[in-house]
Amino acid sequence: MTATTSAVGARLPRLEAAGKINGAARYTDDLARPFMLHGAILGSPFPHARILSYDTSKAKEFPGVEAVITAEDFPYLPLGAIVKDETILARDKVRYVGEPVAAVAAVDRQTALEALKLIDIEYDELPAVLDAEQALAADAPLIHENLASYFKIFDCRCGGNVLSEQSIAEGDVEAAFATCDVIVEGEYRTQAQAHAYLEPCGALAEVDDRDKITIWSSHQSINRVQANVSEALGIPMTQIRVITPRVGGGFGGKMEATVQPLAAALARKTKKPVKIVLSREDDFAMMRTRHPTRVWMRTGAMRDGTIVAREAKLLYDGGAYSDDSPGVLAFGLYMARGPYRIPNFRATGQLVYTNKLRSSGFRGFGNPQVTFAGETQIDELAERLAIDPIELRLRNAIRKGDKWVGGQTVTSCGLAECLTRVRERSDWHARRNAAGRSIEGRRKGIGVTALAHICGVLGTSAIIRLAEDGSIVLNTGSVDIGQGADTVLAQLCAESLQVDVSRINVVAPDTDATPYNWGTGASRVTYMAGRAVAGAATALKQKIFEHAAAMLECSTQDLTLAPGGIVAVAGTDRKVSFFDVSLRSHYGVGGPPIGEHAFVYDGEPFDPKRSTMVGFPFSNLGVHMFGAQVVEVEVDEDTGKVTPLAAWLSHDVGRAINPLAVEGQIQGGFVQGLGYALCEELVWDDGRLTNPTMMDYKIPGTLDVPLAIETIIVEEPEPSGPFGAKGVGEPGIIGAAPSVANAVASAVGVRIHQIPLTPERVFDAIARS
Amino acid sequence: MSTITIKVNGRPRKIAIEGGETLLEVLRVQLGLTGAKRGCNQGVCGSCTVLIDGRAARACLHLAGLAEHADIVTVEGLASDGELSPMQQAFVDAGAVQCGFCMPGMVIAATALVAENPKPNDEEIREGLAGNLCRCSGYVKVVEAIRQAVHSKGTAP
Repeated sequence: MTATTSAVGARLPRLEAAGKINGAARYTDDLARPFMLHGAILGSPFPHARILSYDTSKAKEFPGVEAVITAEDFPYLPLGAIVKDETILARDKVRYVGEPVAAVAAVDRQTALEALKLIDIEYDELPAVLDAEQALAADAPLIHENLASYFKIFDCRCGGNVLSEQSIAEGDVEAAFATCDVIVEGEYRTQAQAHAYLEPCGALAEVDDRDKITIWSSHQSINRVQANVSEALGIPMTQIRVITPRVGGGFGGKMEATVQPLAAALARKTKKPVKIVLSREDDFAMMRTRHPTRVWMRTGAMRDGTIVAREAKLLYDGGAYSDDSPGVLAFGLYMARGPYRIPNFRATGQLVYTNKLRSSGFRGFGNPQVTFAGETQIDELAERLAIDPIELRLRNAIRKGDKWVGGQTVTSCGLAECLTRVRERSDWHARRNAAGRSIEGRRKGIGVTALAHICGVLGTSAIIRLAEDGSIVLNTGSVDIGQGADTVLAQLCAESLQVDVSRINVVAPDTDATPYNWGTGASRVTYMAGRAVAGAATALKQKIFEHAAAMLECSTQDLTLAPGGIVAVAGTDRKVSFFDVSLRSHYGVGGPPIGEHAFVYDGEPFDPKRSTMVGFPFSNLGVHMFGAQVVEVEVDEDTGKVTPLAAWLSHDVGRAINPLAVEGQIQGGFVQGLGYALCEELVWDDGRLTNPTMMDYKIPGTLDVPLAIETIIVEEPEPSGPFGAKGVGEPGIIGAAPSVANAVASAVGVRIHQIPLTPERVFDAIARS
Repeated sequence: MSTITIKVNGRPRKIAIEGGETLLEVLRVQLGLTGAKRGCNQGVCGSCTVLIDGRAARACLHLAGLAEHADIVTVEGLASDGELSPMQQAFVDAGAVQCGFCMPGMVIAATALVAENPKPNDEEIREGLAGNLCRCSGYVKVVEAIRQAVHSKGTAP
């Protein structure tokens, strides 16, 4: 490939694609160590119960078992990204069905599973709280009696079963609603969606001769794993090394600890390597879900379509433990205004504990829920105003230079272009006019969503160095969970240094080798790690230039990079190669060149004079990404089945560093969103998950997805981004549900305020109308 | 415990059988062929798909003891002399590979589909891959890859 001068923008397949398609790629469960044991975890049978006693004697005596652990084997060491409310094995109480209560290490997996059955735990069952509304009732059982005393990294305003209460307000909402010609109001509900990464959670831990633990695991952040294991086991980070094999998807579910602390605890106890890989059923039951929500919202506009006010009340079901939840609620509030110029806005949110699986970050981080509400409501408003839905969105669309909720300036914005592009590519007006006609009991419809998200947050760093042979070593600590970070960061590095991508050694994230990166989440790797790479490459270039200037007897000002790792005196044929510089620096003078750059997201902070933000855990968030998605569906009136026929997905990514990877993120996100819109739902019965299998929890397959999915990349450069780039990891999922719901409404004339739009729900809604 | 011989990727391999082992366990644990993945162990996700006598099959649902005399091809057996098969190469070139966990099963299913139906149309491609779940790609580039593989002239995938 001709990447030397155009690595940025190249449609480069994943660097590791060949190894993933020929079976050579090693994921956690593909790894083994000498004398390795296998771990298994016993889950709670009750949604809420007091633990009275343990009897692990039979399990310990079972042939082949080497260790059995419960909370009694540990001091109280609570975990939690924001509120420390959880322990790696349930302590005193269990709070959801499936919560880990004991773990076994044995010579093989089958023996470990057999031994679990021999563990006898006596429980005293307690009344359980099974939904968010019930959690708020005055007489609701308390899930965390000691909530007030838990350590919290910020004041999340908790009490009772409420884990956090937050709000954002700007302008004068009451006064603005009083002036509105049209007000629409409604309540919208969204369900629990499982991450359903194809690779179940797993970890392999081994203790060395200095008692240092090495962990290979399926994760999104080596640093979060290290921090969690350190907290859970009460050992310093110096004694924990986390290494990244290939990771089979994460989507938010592998950001915080999964089974790493238990694997580490068993390895410490047995002094042997221990691998735990969850069964699919255990992964569903023990790990994480997207927050089920109830969102009440009203939006008011003038007759000309100018939206002047919006109010929202969010209720997020956090499940039994807090995980990322206070951040997810905050982000839901932050996105609830939608990508519009609405001067008067107020959103209040409650996050509650229930006796169910913990909710967590999941692609979109609280945004798909409020965008389902908000974008359904914009369509309802368009109907009342008799204005075309895309036209109404365009009239109110936020633009570059406008302020987002909280006062941050929108520094780049391709929203209007995204909307006009999907309108044109979908032949919107023709399809809209044809919507609703019944042909043999089937009606087509088309719907749109305008969406926004952020990329940014927290800290990251990069170290780039010149190797002895003149090649480049790129260290960022950014975990590629399948989204293509390794390739994209290599492309950014290649472009910055004018070398071929093949000359870059992308170092696998390893806490002993790579610098700090908070993690792969918040659509942040291209933008944040990309900025770190660009900064480190600039620093390295300067060092290389200093050597080259001495070698060429000129000033660094006279030098320029030429493709292929060449430093030339501009306008002459005098040049040296990176290899020449490497020899001089490694063996002669100066020392091996290293460039580094580290920063914490440095965007504009929230403006307290503009916005009243209460209980908000962030002081800033990131830069804004935009998109518009149009979906055409067909609704079968006899069965209620909704079939997506085509989609047009336009996303403003700033600059597509790798358009092939960008398309993959948009398409993949959107299809996860189709699952969210149409079929995916974790269902509990009396506190027990009824569908913890791939058979019963259906994610979209090839037959559920339209082949006509067109991706339209809009490039409105972000001034702070590397080569103008922003993120793209999450936005694809956000528009699917409201677009489908809006399309269903245009097909059959009924508004359904609850997803998934199952055949039953759609059929009932049509029958009632 | 008994020892039987199965043919994997063209080579006879001796395996030890106690009784209940699935073909997937034997491939992964005894033979070190970890390309086939355990995604659900229930025959739903397709990550463990291998060829048994030329047909795509779920290794997690097959008892290894019943595979004697069968001709098994895993993803490790698709490439020859280190060269990816045309189908594998098409997956790479089309950008179909993301996290990659489903990919060994996916490319085996695609290989089996094209062996049976050398020029599948889009609908046939979708049906041929209906039993292989992918959570990353949204399938658009997977279908594109197979389309490219079957339309690249003269090469048998």
